[in-house]
Amino acid sequence: MDREAVIELRGLRTQFGQHVVHDDLELDVYRGEVLGVVGGSGTGKSVLLRAISGLLRPAAGQIRVLGVDVLAAGEQERRDLERRWGVMFQDGALFSALTVRENVEVPLRAVPGLDGPTRRALADLKVSMSGLPYKAGDNYPSELSGGMRKRAGLARALALDPEIVFLDEPTAGLDPIGAAAFDRLISDLSHSMGLTVFLVTHDLDTLHATCDRIAVLAEKRVLVTGTMREMLDVDHPWVKEYFHGPRARAAQADVQAAAAES
Amino acid sequence: MRYAGGEARLRTGRTGMMDGAMAWATAGSMAILVREQGAARRVTLDGALDVTTVTVAARDLAALPVDRPLELDLSHLDRIDTAGAWALCRLRARGEAAGQEVTIIGADSNAESVIRTVQAAMPAPDDHPAPPPSLADRLEAVGRGTVRAGAFFVELCAYLGLFLVRFARSIVVPRDFRLTALVHHCHEVGIKAVPIVALMAFLIGIVLAFQGAVQLRQFGAEIFVVELISVSILRELGILLTAIIVAGRTASAFTAAIGSMKMREEIDAMRTLGIDPATALFVPRILALVIMLPILGMIANVVGILGGALMAWVELGVSPAMFRTRLLEGVMFSNLLVGMIKAPIFAIVIGVVGCHAGMQVGGNAESLGRMTSASVVTAIFSVIVIDAMFSVFFAQAGM
Repeated sequence: MDREAVIELRGLRTQFGQHVVHDDLELDVYRGEVLGVVGGSGTGKSVLLRAISGLLRPAAGQIRVLGVDVLAAGEQERRDLERRWGVMFQDGALFSALTVRENVEVPLRAVPGLDGPTRRALADLKVSMSGLPYKAGDNYPSELSGGMRKRAGLARALALDPEIVFLDEPTAGLDPIGAAAFDRLISDLSHSMGLTVFLVTHDLDTLHATCDRIAVLAEKRVLVTGTMREMLDVDHPWVKEYFHGPRARAAQADVQAAAAES
Repeated sequence: MRYAGGEARLRTGRTGMMDGAMAWATAGSMAILVREQGAARRVTLDGALDVTTVTVAARDLAALPVDRPLELDLSHLDRIDTAGAWALCRLRARGEAAGQEVTIIGADSNAESVIRTVQAAMPAPDDHPAPPPSLADRLEAVGRGTVRAGAFFVELCAYLGLFLVRFARSIVVPRDFRLTALVHHCHEVGIKAVPIVALMAFLIGIVLAFQGAVQLRQFGAEIFVVELISVSILRELGILLTAIIVAGRTASAFTAAIGSMKMREEIDAMRTLGIDPATALFVPRILALVIMLPILGMIANVVGILGGALMAWVELGVSPAMFRTRLLEGVMFSNLLVGMIKAPIFAIVIGVVGCHAGMQVGGNAESLGRMTSASVVTAIFSVIVIDAMFSVFFAQAGM
């Protein structure tokens, strides 16, 4: 199968002082797929996301995103690249002084030739695409629930129709119904808009419901990648524990039951 | 631009590249071609219909009359994103409102999928803009503000009452009293404030002496600088300025400490564990202020007079021995008493305001910041108001 890799990591090493988080880490993310990154606490899932999205400079290695060498790119090249990806942080990371609509308008302001009314209308569209009611656009982040803040964060990440979306723990802190709805939203949007999604999560249900492929972080590198089914056959203590534990079995049973119904 | 018969090319133009620094990677050109085809009107879109061209495209599409069925031909489009799909969906909604069918042809699977997603999510504005506030609304706002201010005052009184009750109870039941916390807070609000209070008082003494010297010299009444300095510092300035500094330093610290505990639900946790927050948090803090503020005030008095004496000596040649003699002769003990009697009152007000504001913090960090600055403002304001009331009272009482 000949697939285009939109994110390529080669020999990546990140460290904080003497503490090495990743060493010689390799990973490919292909266009149009939803990749779930899992790993125990402290294995550097979020650090990896921050390294790829340019928030943290790795100590060594190469990061290519959409064919651009991120670490070697000039300022202009990086800025062009940043418009082609969107990041949703754990709690939305919305600007608290702006309403939801104004938050979504922030990346749109950089677009030359886009006038105010159109910008507002597009922001409203993105808010609605993220499954928020129209009225939510006028609310300030502090007036929203956690799930709504995440949706608003997603709306801002999607504002410029990015090719890649980074999601940091999209379902953490949501109730099961809200989490399932968010899983569905990610899945729908990635399919309908051809998004590549890089998703950091702890949530087995999210992995089952949305991810085409899973990458397991352990021992400072990507231990293994593959589909959910392939994960079940991996012979590594942590991976076994994770995908065969009681919670994993429950999540699997749910998905199988849902598949049987439809 | 003609619509009846023939062709009309609506617009070709490059958008983007508005300024050199912001070259847009996908900025492209976009053309709209309108042609009559039998009963229908075919609109061919050419180029890139995306966020960079949507403003122009949407304006042109909005100018298109919908008096007959429209066919949107997307087969020449290089690129379409959600912004472009939004413009098409808006045209479709307008056609439907006019009873004309708008069909999309020639869309590839990608474009179709984007348009479907956008169509499903087209926002429906459901509310009218709020009418501008009328005079009655403004009056109502004033009324509500007044009521809120009254309620705030009542709440502060309630907190004062709470403090007094819990304090009294910890005298009756000494086991409840937190001596360690009291000592800790005495250190925090008292000892640590000594340098800044002393420096402030020293400088105020110098300023008073200097300013007084300039004025009094005109009358040859230099020697009265001793009374000027000692009366104003002992009666008013020493304790008032100390209280203002402490209000800024300590009220904010109380609010931040209690507020962050409130934010992290530590206060609720204390309640569920049977610990009374007022006894555990308010009593040691306010009591520490009541003990330490008079001491700080006394330090300010002494250092302030020292500063004044120094300046009087340098500037007016009033020797320290002379200063001391006049100080002990001329300044009645009542001046010191009038000043010091205010200290515990200021302390209680600052403490109550700080603790109360801390308890008003909600679940987010913004409210913590807002309440912290509000508590400082309220504490300083209250100190000044109470000082003014004391002045009037002592004047009437002839002290």
